[in-house]
Amino acid sequence: MKGFLRAMLAVLWKDLAAEVRSRELLSAMLVFALLVIFIFNFALDLEPNTRASITSGVLWVTFIFAGTLGLNRSLAIEKDRGCLDGLLLAPVDRAAIYFGKTAANLIFMLVVAAIVLPVYSVFYNINLFARPGLLLVIFLGAEGYTAIGTLLATMAVQTRTRDMLLPILLFPVVIPVLVAAVKASAGFLQTLPFEEIQPWLNLLITYDIVFTAIAFMVFDSIVEE
Amino acid sequence: MKTQPRLLTFLDTLALIAMIVATGMVFLYAPVERVMGEVQKVFYFHVATGWVGMLGFLVAVVAGVAYLVTRKTRWDLVGVGAIEIGLTFMLINIITGSIWARPIWNTWWTWDPRLTTATIMELVYAAYLLLRQGIDDPEKRARFGAVYAIVGFISVPLTFFSIRIYRTIHPVVIGGADPTVTGSFAMTPPMAQTFAVSLVAFSILFISLLWHRIRLGELAQRVEQLRLKWMR
Repeated sequence: MKGFLRAMLAVLWKDLAAEVRSRELLSAMLVFALLVIFIFNFALDLEPNTRASITSGVLWVTFIFAGTLGLNRSLAIEKDRGCLDGLLLAPVDRAAIYFGKTAANLIFMLVVAAIVLPVYSVFYNINLFARPGLLLVIFLGAEGYTAIGTLLATMAVQTRTRDMLLPILLFPVVIPVLVAAVKASAGFLQTLPFEEIQPWLNLLITYDIVFTAIAFMVFDSIVEE
Repeated sequence: MKTQPRLLTFLDTLALIAMIVATGMVFLYAPVERVMGEVQKVFYFHVATGWVGMLGFLVAVVAGVAYLVTRKTRWDLVGVGAIEIGLTFMLINIITGSIWARPIWNTWWTWDPRLTTATIMELVYAAYLLLRQGIDDPEKRARFGAVYAIVGFISVPLTFFSIRIYRTIHPVVIGGADPTVTGSFAMTPPMAQTFAVSLVAFSILFISLLWHRIRLGELAQRVEQLRLKWMR
């Protein structure tokens, strides 16, 4: 167990160190996320009276698009320079590699969220940090998204049509997360009573557990050579 | 070369007869529903194709697990065959449902949990076929296909529940009927018989089609082997 944790942290540390030095992934995700918000501003005409109800939708579409970009890149780097083969040669449990990559992707998504939220708050004069529930939902949603996203991205980068394939594989499977996260976020933003938000939170937690477990079980069979 | 097994020929004939009988019963035997009229008759094949679609996806996930455990190519053929058949029948299910919904709900489409889930399922399995297309190595294709079939199948109930928390208007005819739902009705015995025959007919058709598809896959593999052997 200790060795597993050490291997996982090593993979995570490698990803974070590489990112701190190159800043490729986060900068691309951030610029992309801000562009999506700008496009939404014009496409939906986000006016003060209408935007309260669609803020959560806009936020989640932004996170998910930026997340796809990050996931694709994070695994493509491994594949392109042969790093994945190197990782697989290491005498550690392969699930540790999976959890390390997932943790790194989760951190990248959370960093993007940590920058998008204040920017959105400034743009639209609404304090998104006033509701801690929203932050919990973002964490749960991002966990479910990266858990399954890392698995599918590992598959997608090994195919011929890799850049196109990830969203096609990921979006239909991740719809429950999106629905639950959007509804729960909207609930917290509109300060609905907790009983109305709870079913969505339960669904998010169920999804996180089920899909993390599935990915853990099948990851071995998508990286063997 | 192997000729077609006797049992398969028998199944084909049985499927043909059962389909003719079911069609005859739908048009001649089953009574016309009092409120909805003729369009209600779409129900028999609508539910039967939906059942075959679900059966196909269920067989695919079982085949996926079996492939990952045993690594026998045959399971991969079962999986891809079941998904191709499931996709086709699910599409028929969605289209017949739409034909029924136009006069009854006065719309081709609503964002009801069942309709939405069925369509997302189509997208999941279309993605499955795209994934397979992008991989050249047959062994890797089988592995990735099996993994995605499992992941996709597990997401389906969660999708359903996530949308179900919205209120549904889709009628539940078998068990727990809510009579207030638009388009709901109670089955009379001739209707139930027609429905049962349709279900059996489509199930036989499914088995027969799947068997043909597995044989086709095996023949394709054999052609590939022969080509590698003689084309050098």
